Amino acid sequence: MTPVKNEPVLSIKDVSVFYGIIQGLHNVSFDVQKGEIVTLVGANGAGKSTTLRAISGLVKPKTGQINFKGENIVGVPAHDIVRKGLCQAPEGRGIFLNLSVAENMDLGAWAAPDKGAYQANMDKGFQLFPRLKERRKQLAGTLSGGEQQMLAIARALMSQPEVLLLDEPSLGLAPQIIEKIFEIITDINKSGVTILLVEQNALQALQIAHYGIVFETGMIKTHGKASELLRSDEIRKAYLGD
Amino acid sequence: MKNKKQNKNALNPTDPFCGFASLRWWLLAVAVVWVLNSILPDLMGPYYFQILILAGINVILAVSLNLVNGFTGQFSMGHAGFMSVGGYISAYITTQLIVSHPEIMNDAILGSAVFVGSLLLGGLGATCTGYLVGLPSLRLRGDYLAIVTLGFGEIIRVVFLNMDAVGGARGLSGIMQFSSFGWVFTLAIFTVFTVWRVVHSAQGRVLLSIREDEIAATAMGVNTTQGKVRAFAMGAFFAGVAGGLFAHYLTIMSPGTFDFNRSFEIIIMVVLGGMGSISGSVVAAVLLTSLKEALRPLQQLTGVDLRMVIYSLVLITMMLARPSGIFGTREIGDIYRDWRAGKAPKDAKKLKASTPSKGGAA
Repeated sequence: MTPVKNEPVLSIKDVSVFYGIIQGLHNVSFDVQKGEIVTLVGANGAGKSTTLRAISGLVKPKTGQINFKGENIVGVPAHDIVRKGLCQAPEGRGIFLNLSVAENMDLGAWAAPDKGAYQANMDKGFQLFPRLKERRKQLAGTLSGGEQQMLAIARALMSQPEVLLLDEPSLGLAPQIIEKIFEIITDINKSGVTILLVEQNALQALQIAHYGIVFETGMIKTHGKASELLRSDEIRKAYLGD
Repeated sequence: MKNKKQNKNALNPTDPFCGFASLRWWLLAVAVVWVLNSILPDLMGPYYFQILILAGINVILAVSLNLVNGFTGQFSMGHAGFMSVGGYISAYITTQLIVSHPEIMNDAILGSAVFVGSLLLGGLGATCTGYLVGLPSLRLRGDYLAIVTLGFGEIIRVVFLNMDAVGGARGLSGIMQFSSFGWVFTLAIFTVFTVWRVVHSAQGRVLLSIREDEIAATAMGVNTTQGKVRAFAMGAFFAGVAGGLFAHYLTIMSPGTFDFNRSFEIIIMVVLGGMGSISGSVVAAVLLTSLKEALRPLQQLTGVDLRMVIYSLVLITMMLARPSGIFGTREIGDIYRDWRAGKAPKDAKKLKASTPSKGGAA
């Protein structure tokens, strides 16, 4: 659907997902170019998270193809998809509350292709999130919501992903913290990680993204450069609360 | 909050007390066991000695079940099933060998070798069974897994009940009494040591991640089914070994011994000790084994079977007082360290103070 510049790192083609008899996604197709931040925005139940879950292998699409670096990954078990370089920070953070911050990060490195880079990755994570370093021995469950989200992102980075899938990183956080998280997402992207960002907070997501895809009732309503979407009156009215 | 505070030092690989897990100390413990082996039977008298042996076997069962139920968070109710598989296999091997080669009994070393070999084979048999049961059923969660494993335990029991080769309902008798104090406690130490090391390894952290959040674990690239099946098979191995020790102590195997009550007994030890605490399982196994016997005089005194009533009352009271078990998810080392440094309350304060600070709205 996007004009083909070069081979996209992630390409979703005609993907449909069913939950029982209910169709959650209707023939969704889009491409993610290497090095970009692509954001999926839309209301509750529009199919954003389902798309992400289909990509990371947590749900299996009924039809369609998901190509990651030219290889169809539909049907590959979720834990093997991580090894290919596609890592998700799951919705609701999904951190291990009864383990320490450092242990959480260790688990993130479980599927890292290069075990030798463990310490370097750990340092990089702590550099991005100095607060986590202070609290590395603390139980993750004692962190604040914002810190838990930081941990979820830092942990996902431990597996050295080429593409990072972020599911609602702003969920339930204070505006200041959200801003900080979004800044860090931009930094991560600048360091060369392609990011696919699912967000309800469309305005902020589109401000940091290169490309935006607007979902509605399991279908793609519209898509385009993030800056253009932000200017479009129709989009502003429907999704950005103007 | 209270629960989290308890878990604070649950697992920390940089913990200096992990020196506890160094091989030296365990070997020393084994040496002590063998020294005691020659003294204890005369010192204690047969009755107390028997309780001690059964406690040792229960330690193996509880610790190995804790690996599955406590650390991996999969509720298995079929531990007695694995125990009987191991018990029958090893008992069958030794009885058959002794019938065909009676000279084994004349050589103490050869006898021991046959015994340990049969225990290993029994354990491996249980592992295979665990693998076969685990592979399909560990895709289930919570209640469903519990029901499947419960059903498996019953199936095993009925299979042995109808197997003429191992005596059917009459049971398998004429087993040599190979299980000495030395062997039982060497293997109990071996079990605790192995489970301890596994839980504190990277593989162990994978098991914990499965317990904590399966979806997040998958998102981290953890093959959750594989992790669960491994824990299950390993738990089954030790249950099988414990079954072998049990058979070679009581010298008779009957299918009725391994009904679901036996499984429950082990589960109770794990829950009472604390799901996710090896020390808890050890303490609870010893405590419950002795408690049942300690209440016996009461029954003789009153002439009423009050034993199980009081036993249950004790359990109910303990679960009300400490729902997370005696140890929670902590180990004896954590408690010792906190007690020595007297820093447990300070830590709690620090945690409380730091949690709501910045980003408190979040």
